Amino acid sequence: MTKTIRIGFIPLLDAALLVTARDEGFAEAEGLSLDLVREVSWANIRDKLNVGLFDAAHILTPAAIASSLGLGHVTVPMVVPVNLNLNGNAITVSRQLYDQLAASADGDLTQPAVSARALKRICEARRAKGEAPLTFAKTFPFSMHHYHLRIWMKAGGVNPEEDVRLVVIPPPLMAKSLENGHIDGFCVGAPWNALTVAGGGAVVLHLGTQIVADCPEKALGVLGAYAARRPETIAALTRALVKAGRWCSDPANRPLLARHMAHHDVLGIAPQVIETILDGLLPLGGASPAAPSSHYIRFDPGALRPEPAQADFLLGQMVDAGQTEDTPDRRDAARAVLSTASFDEACGSIGTSVGAPRLLA
Amino acid sequence: MERPTKIAIVDESPVRRAILEEGLRDAGFSNIVVIAETTGLLARLVQIEPDVVIIDLENPSRDVLEQMFQVSRLVSRPVAMFVDQSDNAMIGKAIEAGVSTYVVDGLKKDRVRPILETAIARFNAFQKLRLELEETKSKLEERKLVDRAKGILMRIKGVPEDEAYALLRRTAMNENRTLGQVAQSVITAAELLK
Repeated sequence: MTKTIRIGFIPLLDAALLVTARDEGFAEAEGLSLDLVREVSWANIRDKLNVGLFDAAHILTPAAIASSLGLGHVTVPMVVPVNLNLNGNAITVSRQLYDQLAASADGDLTQPAVSARALKRICEARRAKGEAPLTFAKTFPFSMHHYHLRIWMKAGGVNPEEDVRLVVIPPPLMAKSLENGHIDGFCVGAPWNALTVAGGGAVVLHLGTQIVADCPEKALGVLGAYAARRPETIAALTRALVKAGRWCSDPANRPLLARHMAHHDVLGIAPQVIETILDGLLPLGGASPAAPSSHYIRFDPGALRPEPAQADFLLGQMVDAGQTEDTPDRRDAARAVLSTASFDEACGSIGTSVGAPRLLA
Repeated sequence: MERPTKIAIVDESPVRRAILEEGLRDAGFSNIVVIAETTGLLARLVQIEPDVVIIDLENPSRDVLEQMFQVSRLVSRPVAMFVDQSDNAMIGKAIEAGVSTYVVDGLKKDRVRPILETAIARFNAFQKLRLELEETKSKLEERKLVDRAKGILMRIKGVPEDEAYALLRRTAMNENRTLGQVAQSVITAAELLK
């Protein structure tokens, strides 16, 4: 008998495994029918999981940890039985800021440390002239978008608390906010960087993969109570998503994946844009043709195993951002969210897995 | 005397925010600010300094409010969802109704509860209105389809109107489909055979 699972998702490319598991029959083969429900905010995702309107959801991995630790909200204990991807973010800035960075750069601007040092000089010049600090947007307080911005900035000596302003803006409003000068740059996931740059007036400054290698990004989140109650369902769903991951990471399937994701019920954008992103062809600094980045977004099974080292890394970022304190209890709690055991039980050994995320900037 | 509770309503739907505002005024809350435009939302809220923010779940800018939980130079007062862990039933009702409330820390629970209850009731009322409107619209659409299908049958089969209608109804019942679906099939077939 087929079991229906209601899963909330945000229209982003890294919902690909969920869409593929539904559209390519991987869920059905595991006896599952996926009812994918598009959502508009990460707060909705968290709350609808919490009250049981969703069985599972596409979630920011740091947000799953934050909910479990009760940071900034009621405590909602969550479990991540499988990652949905690694990487996929990029930092985009206004054309105006890009030109200023280019003018202040002391080397190759495609290097994050170089651009961050240039940013520091611009921040200091603005302060000396009494101008308002530059403003950068992320999509949620507990997100790699936030931490990518911070890691990048700190590589050039920029103090994210003092030298700039960091605000939250939903991705669909990023381009407009950049255009009307509310913000000077942002970090978001696919396809929003590509879409914003296509509109003109903005430039992709860095791919997330230039700042952190093998970076956790989105995951499947379920309530801890749900996972405890339905271990077989979670195992079946994990297997379906890993098979979907294998399918998605085969370059031969990219055109079809792009078509699935382009559907008006999913992203509702042109499949060509999605293919460009899947090929890792985001042009840096407006350079054309773009140099391909093979790991721009990873869906391969090795990327999907939740690792304790990923929990340690994310908790470290939260501590650095002043969102929590580093205590042994919290470290254990964060590790418990990323359930390596649940993944291994469902899939056995898949041969490959990634280690800790590595800072490159 | 305590200062009146200041409530900000963030909602892009003019009808729904009017229904909510009216409900809150009826419940005795007069200090209400309505925000329809969500660009620069945080700056607006910092300026308004509300005690309570009510936002609909269809609004992507809900995530903008989430950063108010964080210690931030932009927000002088900490924010908490009023409900504590024991109020899960209340959270559930609000989420199902499609509304979320953010409350400045320290505001007494008994002052917040009537606000949330009003918001839930008014959102549910709006939802009911919207469903009724959709139903009326689809009924009207169905009637248009049935009228066209009847016309086609009358012309092709040379039967009077009541017989054409009876034929559509009988087919719908036999095939376990709606009258509108059968009418649509007739129209499609007629167009194919043109």
